[in-house]
Amino acid sequence: MTKRFALGIFEDEDVLLHAVENVREAGVKIYEVFTPFPIHGIDDAMGIERSRLPIAAFFFGLTGLCFALWLQIYTLGFDWPMIIGGKPHIALPAFIPVSFELTVLFCCHGMVITFYTISKLYPRWKTPVLDVRSTDDKFVMAIEVNENTDMTKLSQLLRDNGASEVNQKEMSKF
Amino acid sequence: MQHVSPVREPLVTGGKTYHDVTQDVCRQVEAAPNIRWMGALSVALLLLGVFFYSVYRTLWYGIGEWGLNKTVGWAWDITNFVWWVGIGHAGTLISAVLLLFRQKWRTSINRAAEAMTIFAVICAAMFPVLHMGRPWLAYWVFPLQNTFGSLWVNFNSPLLWDVFAISTYFSVSLVFWYTGLVPDFATIRDRAKGPIAKVAYSLLSFGWKGSAKHWSRYETVSLILAGVSTPLVLSVHTIVSMDFATSVVPGWHTTIFPPYFVAGAIFSGFAMVLTLMLITRVVFKLEDYITIEHIALMNKIMMITGSIVGVAYITEFFIAWYSQVEFEQYAFINRATGPYWWAYWSMMTCNVITPQLVWFRRVRYSIPLTFILSIIVNIGMWFERFVIIVTSLHRDYLPSSWAMFSPTIIDIGIYVGTIGLFFTLFLLFAKFFPVINMAEVKSVLKYTVDNGPTYTGHDPHHSPQPATTHGVPVTASVNYDKHD
Repeated sequence: MTKRFALGIFEDEDVLLHAVENVREAGVKIYEVFTPFPIHGIDDAMGIERSRLPIAAFFFGLTGLCFALWLQIYTLGFDWPMIIGGKPHIALPAFIPVSFELTVLFCCHGMVITFYTISKLYPRWKTPVLDVRSTDDKFVMAIEVNENTDMTKLSQLLRDNGASEVNQKEMSKF
Repeated sequence: MQHVSPVREPLVTGGKTYHDVTQDVCRQVEAAPNIRWMGALSVALLLLGVFFYSVYRTLWYGIGEWGLNKTVGWAWDITNFVWWVGIGHAGTLISAVLLLFRQKWRTSINRAAEAMTIFAVICAAMFPVLHMGRPWLAYWVFPLQNTFGSLWVNFNSPLLWDVFAISTYFSVSLVFWYTGLVPDFATIRDRAKGPIAKVAYSLLSFGWKGSAKHWSRYETVSLILAGVSTPLVLSVHTIVSMDFATSVVPGWHTTIFPPYFVAGAIFSGFAMVLTLMLITRVVFKLEDYITIEHIALMNKIMMITGSIVGVAYITEFFIAWYSQVEFEQYAFINRATGPYWWAYWSMMTCNVITPQLVWFRRVRYSIPLTFILSIIVNIGMWFERFVIIVTSLHRDYLPSSWAMFSPTIIDIGIYVGTIGLFFTLFLLFAKFFPVINMAEVKSVLKYTVDNGPTYTGHDPHHSPQPATTHGVPVTASVNYDKHD
């Protein structure tokens, strides 16, 4: 499916931020905004919901903690109990370091794997981008258009909101 | 309307635009390797050769190739292990702790410092693994049931805690570092000309496009990784110190060890960051990003942690006297006046006196002096671990088993070799990866530029601002005296 995009190129993040607000106000649906660095406040402007990754991270951490406690209590307390230094089989204070480390391990890797998976980020041979400058110094607002879109009006709207260029691009796979 | 903030000093000097940042950082990635880099890499590879030879000798003939004896069972290997792990700590401190404290100056140095962490931990891991004697059985440290019976690993042992701490630390640091690299790989990918570079950086960049949604998640992930890495980095050296503190060897069995080791780790780590940054900024012409202000700030952290370490040395001595334990007292008298007095006084000079020089503004802002200080601190911190390990062991409870330790050429070879390994990895990183986090530096470029009232939501009557230049005007004078 080939998609057509109108691209508003902005030079400055503050200009873009206002433009995002105004364009949405004007009833135009923004497909996506591509920026070279994170812009504070764009989540609200774009209406992006707060990520639930912290909740995921918490439960991954909890899983790690439970696994660590189970592992240590099961192996040293039940599977093959041994007396080590005259301590009890289940010497909980001695289990704190490993429990902590495994909590962190599960939390970080679980969260990062989730992040890459839900964001569909994985190694690819070729990465098509709408405008190569969007990873350098330009802020690109992409709006999906079709034959019925009034391009002059849209272009004017973007320019009125500070876009320095308005381009069109077709992407076969995006 | 832009004007330069009267109170905040610029984090990046030279009036850079976003595009300048990309250009300056990508320059050495895209250029052909220069002669200085090739020269440095040849030296590093030579030392790496020494490493492989020493490892070959160790594996073929066994650890009898080392200078260890029955009394001193830990010496250079564990000294080097603790030294390297400690060096690694500064990277995580810069990227995680300073992120939580919103210290924006960290953006120019965090990438290289994190790389340093990863490479230092790789070097550190060599020592315990080689000390096993049969490194091909290294997987026995993981909780897998013994092949011949039903034994599990001993979760009460600090050495096992170390296995979990170091492997968690390594893998989490790697993931943190890589996630930060992804957007910058995307920048290089979109600029790449050659077919190999295009494919390589496309693979490395994981298809990153910089969409607002991804950035939003990226920021969440960074914040949580930082939040979790902060206790992690403290736990790692705490656990390393417990390798000693949970034993009953005089000079080791102290409760002060965890904070003392963590402070020492940050101290040596910052010294190493300074050494590397002072070279990197000159070689890659990044003086506008790693400014003299960064160097002064790192010097201050070095001074604080160095002072903590100094206080810890004195406290140890005081407690040895105050405890009235004869063995404990002897261990410390022996450190200062025994056969290893030179190691003890090298440590005291390098670690207690040197950082105090940083109180002088002239020292703090001097690049040659900082470079020399950073080297001295690294030497001092190596001696600290040597003093703690060897002087505590070589004269233990039974005078008949007292012994001296002297390293063999293989001991020295492995140590020098890991320095080669470290620099080989660092040089490869510096050539093919962006040494400065471009995305984060771009986000702080306007740090000193006041754009009028901050954006607080939608204002329908607001007319769009004309595009302006970014960063600080070249003409803006930078006054470093303001805070001193």
